[in-house]
Amino acid sequence: MPERHAVADLDELDRAIINRLQGDFPLCDEPYAEAARELGVDAGTLIERLRKMLAEGVLTRFGPMFQVERMGGRYLLAAMAVPEAHYDAVAQQVNALDEVAHNYRREHELNMWFVLAVETPAAIADCIARIEVATGLKVYAFPKQREFFVEMKLTV
Amino acid sequence: MNAPDDGLDEYDRRLVLATQGGLPLVERPYELLAEQCGMAAEEVKRRLQAMLARGVIRRMGAVPNHYALGYTANGMSVWDVDDAHLAELGERIGRLPGVTHCYERPRHLPLWPYNLFAMLHGHDRAAVLAQAEEIRGLLGSACRAHNVLFSTRILKKSGLRLAT
Repeated sequence: MPERHAVADLDELDRAIINRLQGDFPLCDEPYAEAARELGVDAGTLIERLRKMLAEGVLTRFGPMFQVERMGGRYLLAAMAVPEAHYDAVAQQVNALDEVAHNYRREHELNMWFVLAVETPAAIADCIARIEVATGLKVYAFPKQREFFVEMKLTV
Repeated sequence: MNAPDDGLDEYDRRLVLATQGGLPLVERPYELLAEQCGMAAEEVKRRLQAMLARGVIRRMGAVPNHYALGYTANGMSVWDVDDAHLAELGERIGRLPGVTHCYERPRHLPLWPYNLFAMLHGHDRAAVLAQAEEIRGLLGSACRAHNVLFSTRILKKSGLRLAT
């Protein structure tokens, strides 16, 4: 068994909710009641558990997961090779842009990997230019050329 | 299916703004959204269904926090795969357990020879590396090189928010 770290304390019902409600939430008048029936509880219990797991950070959200590209917006994965001596300063410059949604340090010559989220495709080039001017470093763009189907399978 | 660049009309946009923080946790959430967005509950359901159908909404439900569930190691596995076999192999890798995203992206030679990215999540690094081994086995001779880039620090994580 792999070692586990700081795992939230979940009971059977919490696990069933996570495993069965990652998609297909019903579009009917009383969707919590319908989802709860399949889990063998009532709507109030389900809502209370969702509230608890949201408050504890077990769930980041409950609701629709939007695909920004389908709204006309764009995500772009990009990376830079940042000299160690300037790493924190560059991180601050990059993070200062609202369009930078995530930024991770990774182990490679390309050691800073971030995602730009913008509402229009035209904003991408502008964003890259601003980062290159601010940091004096080249931004390597990794646009998604093809997305392969991924099943939902995060289970607990 | 509509074109990928479809924008949102005013009512879709109201619904996105009303739900991007989450669905209301009340017994009749679509009625509450209807009041907030100035449309009928039937229209809320119809529009959510339509956004699901055209992929504006990927899915609707619980979005778990990987870290809280103990998936604390994340590795970006990257692969230099023979272009002739990429389509077929990418599909198979996307279906493996532990793979949460799988994309074809451009190479930047000579620094970056990799054209297939598969994000791996596991309870620790060993679990992620075991998944990478499984992918390597699946790719066989179509794979010329690979690497697994672990994240060593989260520098920022704010997610997407539409401007109001």
